[in-house]
Formats: sequence, structure tokens, C-alpha cells
Amino acid sequence: MLLQISEPGQSPDPHQRKLAVGIDLGTTNSLVATVRSGSAETLPDAGGEHILPSVVHYGAECTMTGVEARRLAAEDPLNTIISVKRFMGRGVDDIRALGDVLPYRFTRADQGMPFIETVQGEKSPVQVSAEILKSLRRRAEESLGGDLLGAVITVPAYFDDAQRQATKDAARLAGLEVLRLLNEPTAAAVAYGLDQQGEGIIAVYDLGGGTFDISILRLHRGVFEVLATGGDTALGGDDFDQVVAGWILEQAGMEMSALTPEQQRKLLDSACAAKESLTDADSTEVSFEGWVGTIGRETFDALVDPLIDRTLKSVKKSLRDAKLKAADVQEVVMVGGSTRVPRVRERVAELIGKQPMTGIDPDRVVAVGAALQADVLAGNKPADDLLLLDVIPLSLGLETMGGLMEKVIHRNTTIPVARAQEFTTFKDGQTAMAIHVLQGEREVIDVNRSLARFVLNGIPPMPAGMARIRVTFQVDADGLLSVSATEQSTGVAASIEIKPSYGLSEGQITDMLQSSYTHAQEDREARKLLEARVEAERIFEALESALRKDGDILLSKEEQVHLAGEARRLAEATKSTDSAFVVKVTEEVAKASEVFAARRMNEGIRAALSGQAVEYFEPDNSQNDRPEE
Amino acid sequence: MNVAAAKVLMSDHASLQGLLEGVDLRASYFELFGIEAGYDVDLNAIQGRYLDLQRVVHPDRFAGMGERGQRMAVQCAAFVNEAYDTLRSPLKRALYLLEYSGHPVDIETNTVMDAGFLMEQMSLREDLGDVRESSDSEAAVAEVVERAEALMSNMQQGFVSAWQEQTEGGYKKAADFARKMHFVEKLISEAEQLEEELLDD
Repeated sequence: MLLQISEPGQSPDPHQRKLAVGIDLGTTNSLVATVRSGSAETLPDAGGEHILPSVVHYGAECTMTGVEARRLAAEDPLNTIISVKRFMGRGVDDIRALGDVLPYRFTRADQGMPFIETVQGEKSPVQVSAEILKSLRRRAEESLGGDLLGAVITVPAYFDDAQRQATKDAARLAGLEVLRLLNEPTAAAVAYGLDQQGEGIIAVYDLGGGTFDISILRLHRGVFEVLATGGDTALGGDDFDQVVAGWILEQAGMEMSALTPEQQRKLLDSACAAKESLTDADSTEVSFEGWVGTIGRETFDALVDPLIDRTLKSVKKSLRDAKLKAADVQEVVMVGGSTRVPRVRERVAELIGKQPMTGIDPDRVVAVGAALQADVLAGNKPADDLLLLDVIPLSLGLETMGGLMEKVIHRNTTIPVARAQEFTTFKDGQTAMAIHVLQGEREVIDVNRSLARFVLNGIPPMPAGMARIRVTFQVDADGLLSVSATEQSTGVAASIEIKPSYGLSEGQITDMLQSSYTHAQEDREARKLLEARVEAERIFEALESALRKDGDILLSKEEQVHLAGEARRLAEATKSTDSAFVVKVTEEVAKASEVFAARRMNEGIRAALSGQAVEYFEPDNSQNDRPEE
Repeated sequence: MNVAAAKVLMSDHASLQGLLEGVDLRASYFELFGIEAGYDVDLNAIQGRYLDLQRVVHPDRFAGMGERGQRMAVQCAAFVNEAYDTLRSPLKRALYLLEYSGHPVDIETNTVMDAGFLMEQMSLREDLGDVRESSDSEAAVAEVVERAEALMSNMQQGFVSAWQEQTEGGYKKAADFARKMHFVEKLISEAEQLEEELLDD
């Protein structure tokens, strides 16, 4: 592991170009995009379609995704899973609270995460999402002609830890290396900002099929700094369909509970069709089970206004968090298919006092932004051109006495972040301690989300109040939390048992991975060897180039000779056909070069410090005059 | 086995440094940001430094460098974020400066305050408690925030002049002001939380 300090303006050789994609894993639709000859584009399937409906059909014979699956939705609603994103990282109770008409049979409710009963057995939302990702991965590998290095997958900014973890697990099941989980509004800002050379404060209003996000960002010379984010993970275009469906039933004098799952699906389809035609038309005809009527724009606007109100409230709250006023916003970027609804655009323009930007296709902008970042992360582009500083959307904390939550990391804190808190024992000789991790804003724990319960074991027995257990929360750049604990006076690391409140355990994922392998044994071995070699070559190249650049400056003669020897040993090991051996040597060489990596990190910091950071606060708007590193 | 009974202290500089596994980042936040140790900080200047530092240490610069690379970068970037956060916050900066100069403040256990300050605190707290009964709750809470912010600004001025004495007595006075700032900040954040709940209702 060596710090890669790329020289500005110097791209790696074209033959080294790594295949990386951006994936917008949406509630209703999903897309995959990549950067080819300098510009980001979404990739079509064999039939020329860019959008993949986020629908999975489990048939007795096979599994289908996309348009084919959606066609079967009305006919076979129980085995056709639509909008599965709304169930990610959620419990059965949460799903009921969505208040939607859902034709599925949920099982194993006791496990936190719900499973859906299908003809192919029980499927978790993570597995369903993995089918969509697999389909996009196949599409990308076919059209790019090679294996993917990895993907940037977008998530709503307002996704909590459980929802993010579920998304990452789905990628793992689909055999995709996640380069980064990227917040959807940030991705849209990247697509927009790099395209328009934007500077200043931008608000991204993202109303998708099932989620609403608002992010307030400051753009400055390629740095996208998220100042505040907010939203609602259970509010989107699907809710617009639901209110229209409710209106149809009322007009037709019918009850939702009297409908079969097939009829419910048809009803939602006609509601959605009515919504879409009202984008251009002033009124449209709707029919359902023999009833025929007309819905006008005014009626529709009145139905959806309460939903839009909820989004505008989030916008105001985020502006407040960013300590800004509506007038400070230079541009509003509209993302998500639901921003096509004229009433949405009208109300947003009214609040901000500016016409929103709709220049980039709201369906594709997120995938395009993700592809741009994937290109940077894969090392195809100098990283200096783009830096994303994101925040955590919801506060993280611990349960304290009396059922209250004590915040350890506040919402809108820039990530990565690490914060520690010390606890002591309550009883003499106490050797274990229960810790309950929560996410949310309110003081009372019940309204917040339970993320996990930890039991710290192995605390050395001592009198009450003497132990000093330091619990450290760390949130990485994907917004994912990890927790570690040590007893300070003895240095004993307390072991942690994690029970995620809504998610799959490590064991469940491993089982699913194993059962999903359809490859023969040799295939699996070949793939393992290939992966091990790729990793070994990457470490080798990084070490070689680091030695060339900084070996003379940062290492003694002896150290140089030793590391050069290690590099040779690694190159030799790469030729082996034993994947375990290649992995082992790679690990050893990476470990041996750690000190060198640390010195390079410090050198990088020193260089950053001596660079003329002064130019940042001079009113100079030229783009390419950053000091050379 | 019970939920942890008592909290001893909040996150501090030392614990985060301990996380850095062999990376010896600069000894203090001031050095990391290349500024002189003191209370006056040019916020524009540190913003520029901050972006420069993140360009070096952010985990996105280590993508594809394996789990170890990511881990180290996450820790370094978290350290830089913590330093930036501390230097930007009037209260955190004051506490950090005292700790840095060898006069750490024990916020949690030392709660002795002078009578005048306590009276002012109590009056603000009472008004905050009455906000929901007020005919115009939003205006009432905004007024509490405004008064608390004025108090905060007084405490900051007090801190600066005590600090400038550069004597043991001065440091002790500065520590007292910092503890008062801690209380006022807590009150402001409670008021802001209430403000938000009023907006949500």
C-alpha cells in the first residue's frame, strides 16, 4: 500500500486504462455509465435501451430483470419485485409504515430484515438488488469487452448506515468491487459542475421514484464540499402514484382492500400513466375496471401538493443547517424522473427564487456523475481534478441511561470522521458491557433508528468505575460506521459482537455467495488466481514507482535494497499458479512497505503545507494554476 | 451487564492520534495547518490549507490500494477533519489551545461557576422552557438563541483577554471562560434543536 501521488496533468498510459463504471441503482430505474474517450455516457443494452427498470421476476425456470420482468408484474405480482430499494436495510415494521399497497408475502419477520416469498424460495431485498446489479455488470462487461475493476454505486444522501450496508452487500453478491458508495445528489453535482464549470453554492433537488434528497454544496476548483444534506428515504414518485390511485378508487367507489394483487398493480400502473401524461397535457382520461373518468392538472396538483410541501420543508431545513439563505443559492439542479412534474418545478422555483436547471437529463445525470468519479478512482485521471467531501446525513450516537440518545457524531459532519467516547463499569468485577448504537436526531431513542447492539467482552475485572473503556466510532468515506473498543488502563482490546438491527450477517452473505456460484470448481480457482495476480501486480507497480520517485529521498541505502528485493520477490510470486501463495506474498510485501508508505504520506502533507495555499483566498477564478506538487 | 454507567470524557486529540498507526502527522493542529498557536485564526486561510491537506490524505486518493491503504487514509482524513473542525469552532479551539499549552480543562467534573453567570444561565433556561407556551414560539426561541449568542461572544472576549495575560492566573481565568462557553454552547444547541422541532410540527 503506497501513497500514489500523481503528477497533475499527467494521465497514465492508455493501455493501462482500467474499466470502471458508475451505477445509479434507482428505486424505479437503474443505469450504468462509463467514461470513454474523455466523456461519460450511459451504456445501452443489446436492444439500445439505456434504462433498466429496477424490477426482478423470479420464475420457476429463470430469473429476469428489467423490461421483461416488468411485463410480468401485473400477471404474476407475487414473484415480481418492484421498487425493492425501499426495503433495503429496513425491517418489516418500517415497510408496513410506508403505507403502500404491497402484494408480496414477507416471511421471517423476526430477523429484522424481511424476506420475500417467491417461487424460487425466500429472497432478501439485498439478493433482489444484487440481480439488478448483476444485469448491469453483464451489460457493462459485454459492451466494454473486459472484466470490471470496480464500480461507484450511488445511494440517496439520506440513506442511513443500514441502507448503505445493504447496498454494499448487494454489490458483493453481484461480484462487483465497490470503489465508493456515492451520494446521488453529489454525483449529480459532479456531472453538472464539471460540465458547466460551476462555482459557488448549488442546491441539488433529487426526487426519484422512492426517495427524496436535498444537498447543499459549495463548488470550488474541482472540490465539491457538501455543506448539508437532508431528505426523506420514503418519499418519491411512487407516492404520487399512490395518491392518484387513492383518488381513482374514491371516484370509482371502490375499496383498496377489495382488490386482488393483480388489480392493485393495474391500478398503480394507470395512476402512473395519468401522472406522466399530465406532464404535458392539462387533463387526461383514466380508466380502471370499467370505471372511466378524467383527471385535470388542478386536481392532480392539489393531490401532490402535500407531498411537495414535505420536500420543501427538507430544503429549508438543509439551508438552515448550512447556515445559508435561499438567496445564497446560485443554481438549483433537478434530478430524478419525478422532477418532470411541472408542479414540482414551479414550487421549487418559487422557494429558491430561480428557475431550476433541467439541462441534463434528470434520469441519467446521477449515473454520469458516478462514472466520472469511478474514472478518477480507477486511476485513469489525475485525482487532483476532482475531490468530493461528503457528510453524514444523520447523527450517530449511543443509548444512555433513561432511554436517551447521546450524539457522538452530529449530522452534516464531514466524513471520514473518528470520535471516541470513554465509558466505565457499573459494577465490581464487571467483564462485559452492552452498547446500543443509534442513528437519528431526536433525544428519545424510540424515534431513532437502531443500528446495532454491541457487547464488549473481556474487560479485566476491577472495581466499579475503574475500567476506562474507550469506544471509537469511525465513519469511512462511504458513510459506513465501524466501532472499536479498548480498555485504556490495561490496553486490552474488548472484543465486539455485532448484531446488525436490520441487515444480513456475515454468515448469511457467505452462504448466499456460495450457493450463487454456478461456476465449476476450476472456474472459481481460475478467478481467484486472476484476482490475486491483479492485486499483486498493483502492489508491485505502486512499489516500483514509489521507489523510483522517492526511494533516494525517503529511504536509507539498506532500506532501498531491502524493498527492491521485496519487489522482486513479489514479481516472482506472481508467476505462481497457487492463488493462496500469491495472496500471502502480496500481504507480506505490502506490510514490508508500510513504513515507506507512511513516510510518503508525511511527505505529501509537508508538500501540501509548503504549497502556496495562499492562492485559495485570492479572488482568482482561473482554473489551472494550482501549485505543482 | 448494563448500559455504560458513566461517561468520563469526550473525544480528544490524543485518542485520535493513537489511531494513526505509525503515521506521524504533525504534532499539533496548529502545525498541521501551518499557523501559529493562538486563538486568532484566519478562517479563510485554514480553509485553503484544509483543501490542500484533503487532496493528499482523502481515501479517494487511495482507491484500489487495498483495505490497508483505505484504512490508513480514512484515519488520516478523519484526523485532518477533526483538526479543521476544532480550529473552526470557537469553543473547541479554546479548549484545544488550553490543552496544547498544558492547561487542560476538565469540563465534565469541574462545574463551579460564579453566581452572576449562573443567574444568567438560569434565566435563559427558564425562557427556553417557556417557549412552547409562548404565542409565537418561533420568535421566542429565536430571541433565546440571540441572547445566548451575545453571551457567547462576551465569553469569547473574556477568554481572549485572559489568555493574553500569559500568566498562570490568566490561564486559570481563560479556563473558566472556556467552561462557561461550553455551557452556553450546550444551551444554544438545545435551543436550535427545539427550533427545528417547532419547524417540523
